[in-house]
Amino acid sequence: MNNSFWRKLSTHGILILGTIFMSAPVWVAFMSSTHAADTLFREGLQYWFGGHFFETYNEVLFVEGGVMKKVTALEMLGNSMILGLGFAIGKVVISMSAAYAIVYFRFRLATPLFWVIFLTLLLPLEVRIVPSYEVVAGLGLLNTHTGLIVPLIASATGTFFFRQYFKSVPEELLEAARLDNAGPMRFLIDVLVPLSKTMIAAIMIIMFVVGWNQYLWPLIMTTEENSYTIVIGIKQIYQVLSEGGELPQFQKAFALTILAVLPPVLVVLVFQSWFVKGLVESEK
Amino acid sequence: MKRVQFERSTVPYFFVAPQIAIIAVFFLWPAGQAIYQSFLLEDAFGISSQFVWFRNYEDTILNYAWLQSAGFTVVFSSLVTFFSLAIALLLAVKANEVLHGSSSYKTMLMWAYAVAPPVAGLMGNLMFNPFIGDLYAAMNAMGWDFNQKLDAFDAGFVVILISVWKQVSVNFIFFLSGLQGIPKGVMEAATLDCRSPTKRFWTITFPLLAPTTFFLMVINITYAFFETFGIIDTTTRGAPGGATNTLVYKVYTDGFLGADLGGSSAQSVILMLMVLALTVFQFRFIERKVHY
Amino acid sequence: MSTLTLSGINKRYDNGAHAVRGVDMEISDGELIVFVGPSGCGKSTLLRMVAGLENITEGEMKIDGVRINETSPADRDVAMVFQNYALYPHMTVFRNMAYGLSNRGMAASEIEAKVRETAAMLRIGDYLERKPAQLSGGQRQRVAMGRAIVRSPKLFLFDEPLSNLDAKLRVQMRIEIKRLQRELGVTSIYVTHDQTEAMTLADRLAVINEGKVEQMGSPMDLYSDPKTLFVASFIGSPHINLLPASFEAGQLQVGATALPGFEGLPEAVPLMLGIRPEHIAQHPEGGIEISVDLVEQLGADSLIYGAVSGFDSAEPEELCVRAGEALQLAPGERIKLNFEVDRAMVFRTDNGERLV
Ligand SMILES: Nc1ncnc2c1ncn2[C@@H]1O[C@H](COP(=O)(O)OP(=O)(O)OP(=O)(O)O)[C@@H](O)[C@H]1O
Ligand SMILES: [Mg+2]
Repeated sequence: MNNSFWRKLSTHGILILGTIFMSAPVWVAFMSSTHAADTLFREGLQYWFGGHFFETYNEVLFVEGGVMKKVTALEMLGNSMILGLGFAIGKVVISMSAAYAIVYFRFRLATPLFWVIFLTLLLPLEVRIVPSYEVVAGLGLLNTHTGLIVPLIASATGTFFFRQYFKSVPEELLEAARLDNAGPMRFLIDVLVPLSKTMIAAIMIIMFVVGWNQYLWPLIMTTEENSYTIVIGIKQIYQVLSEGGELPQFQKAFALTILAVLPPVLVVLVFQSWFVKGLVESEK
Repeated sequence: MKRVQFERSTVPYFFVAPQIAIIAVFFLWPAGQAIYQSFLLEDAFGISSQFVWFRNYEDTILNYAWLQSAGFTVVFSSLVTFFSLAIALLLAVKANEVLHGSSSYKTMLMWAYAVAPPVAGLMGNLMFNPFIGDLYAAMNAMGWDFNQKLDAFDAGFVVILISVWKQVSVNFIFFLSGLQGIPKGVMEAATLDCRSPTKRFWTITFPLLAPTTFFLMVINITYAFFETFGIIDTTTRGAPGGATNTLVYKVYTDGFLGADLGGSSAQSVILMLMVLALTVFQFRFIERKVHY
Repeated sequence: MSTLTLSGINKRYDNGAHAVRGVDMEISDGELIVFVGPSGCGKSTLLRMVAGLENITEGEMKIDGVRINETSPADRDVAMVFQNYALYPHMTVFRNMAYGLSNRGMAASEIEAKVRETAAMLRIGDYLERKPAQLSGGQRQRVAMGRAIVRSPKLFLFDEPLSNLDAKLRVQMRIEIKRLQRELGVTSIYVTHDQTEAMTLADRLAVINEGKVEQMGSPMDLYSDPKTLFVASFIGSPHINLLPASFEAGQLQVGATALPGFEGLPEAVPLMLGIRPEHIAQHPEGGIEISVDLVEQLGADSLIYGAVSGFDSAEPEELCVRAGEALQLAPGERIKLNFEVDRAMVFRTDNGERLV
């Protein structure tokens, strides 16, 4: 009895410590973002609410030339949203259709094309930074949404996932569909897509988060402030901060951090069970 | 693939075309370029170039900065992988044990998945900021002469801490789902056979988690190599003196900021080979089944 | 070797489910006790409390007179065979069987000898180096048995160990379990919801219903002398015939028929007349008439099913008769039946109490 009491206590103790470890940075960032610049500078990080929430967030979100020179956080959030959604939708569409071809059709180049897709696993963006930049620059796509999204959506993970999933769909479905005289397009739209609904949703959630959090690619291919995503914007403000001069505006850096973290975190929290399912299933 | 398939000659090509086209333009072509450029030496003005075989590779590998970076990458990846797996495993085992409130713990421990590495880096940076960072102050108060701007060890500590923090939640999710996949009866049989919970963990639970652990090791090494770019770039930027330069960060600084195309390409190709090795390793093991 | 005593055992789960309600039981040395009852009645819960896998909410449990409520499962020296075997998937058959022994600090040479001896007894000696995934269902079942036997525990606990096997194997293993248990003489508790299994295996049988032991006794006692309506209806195949009845003017009224030979029953209380199928016979002057629905020929004997006359045809009462020889009866034919009054039972419908 006694023994199990201490065991329980230590279990909860460890979990609570873990919870603090994981949440404290964001908590502190949020609390600090509600204080004035000089408070932060004088007293350091803050652990409880201050009175400058509206002031700080208003300026960060809406005032041009406040934090950045030409862009507001709202615009950057918009860019991030486009990237996140575009990435999620694009990736699902592209990889689902490729997986559909590979699983459901007999055609000569199926195997070589599968290996070409596999090859992308060996070529993360980080090993081809400069030439990729040159390609996008050559196509005149710098600072465009197309140039930002399209190169990111072709990697193999999504295709592999849908391929696994389609393989697990019972054979009889296609046989039945053929007896009902459904062609490839009909079968895809009327049978396969509705059947995969939850899986598609789960993958979309994960891909939205992944897309929103992209860093290296937007970093090298957006050169104008108007095209910045919020994640890139953060880095810029940090550079301004460290340059010094006047009183450093730490609270704005923190506010921007919270704004960058909030949307993907909300998505993960709201769709928690789908998210976990998608994550665990997609990596099998 | 499937026993029953459509037999059409053109339709499937239409379905794979978009992905293949993007791969050709944005993956294969740039990768080919990287390989090609890795054999070229440009003159100082970037006007002419000549084919120099493996000179860029020799220069890269024999270069002190690269070796330093390779060394740091190995240490960094090992530590990040080890600590983020260990912490996540501990938390997952405990979260799997509790009966009450386990879902709130789960939520609290996994949401950080959604934080982007550079954002984590920036937060960490502010926590370690010499003016306002309480962690910076705490370290120094404990008598550790802490300064990540000047001291290589301290800088390494900061990036490792942040990288581990960022990765714990993913590992936690996978470990927890692995633990939940162990049949309840097996654990109960073990409680009848073995008194010590610790021994039970190492003889039953841990071996049964081996497939998950192995898979996560690959994921974590890949993360430490590539995705920590955002953390390095928002914290130490390789400083002091290249002590926290990972190989990927060095490719970026040399190629993009330093415009040393040949050298950067050679480094890229070496990285590709490392990814290849990791992938082969992963697939061999999956075939041999770390499974039971 | 060991006795087990349960007194006033109760189990309430955290969600409020009261799964076991005040169980008292005395199990003597070397006995094989079977817990039987419908799904969800609390059999597994009770067994798992003996194993130490569930806490005991209330009451006391003793092995050989020593209280074990607080003893950890590994220290109770009990072995359990689980429904889906729960073998350690990453260990060979040998390691599966040796694991519990080595954790108890037995010497390697002794472990080796014991495992081989037990494996030979169960005819799994050839598979010692295989992993569970490489065995058939029946072989896995034997390994699970072997893992329990090799420990020479004070108690064997079985939770529906045969339910994942096919019918033939199930009968075979049932006989084998009985034989092994006799040979080893280890006190055992066996949980099942299959009453045939229960009847054939048990030295004594505990019929459990809604967390309570309805009756405990030898299989034949429970069959011929059930104390409650539930026990009577649960034990026996085909089921006992139950006809709603009432006691009016010194006679038992069943449907429109009045049956003589019953005395001293309470009036104005809903009753249930229970007659086993083998205690009914065709008789030209029988008091009960049925119209035949179906005859099942079983070879040695046959079962006649029919609706009892004198009941509302909207809610017909079925009756089953075990007839010695194969009768040629056409559906719809009416036959008269007589039953042995002294072997018939009467129960109160409201609380299930047996009156006669
Ligand atoms: N872990 C638990 N938490 C809450 N209630 C439980 C738990 N386990 C069982 N119960 C409840 O306790 C009651 C008895 O369950 P138990 O598993 O003992 O039944 P059983 O007799 O073994 O049935 P079966 O033949 O289906 O295995 C059931 O009503 C069940 O819903
Ligand atoms: Mg049960």
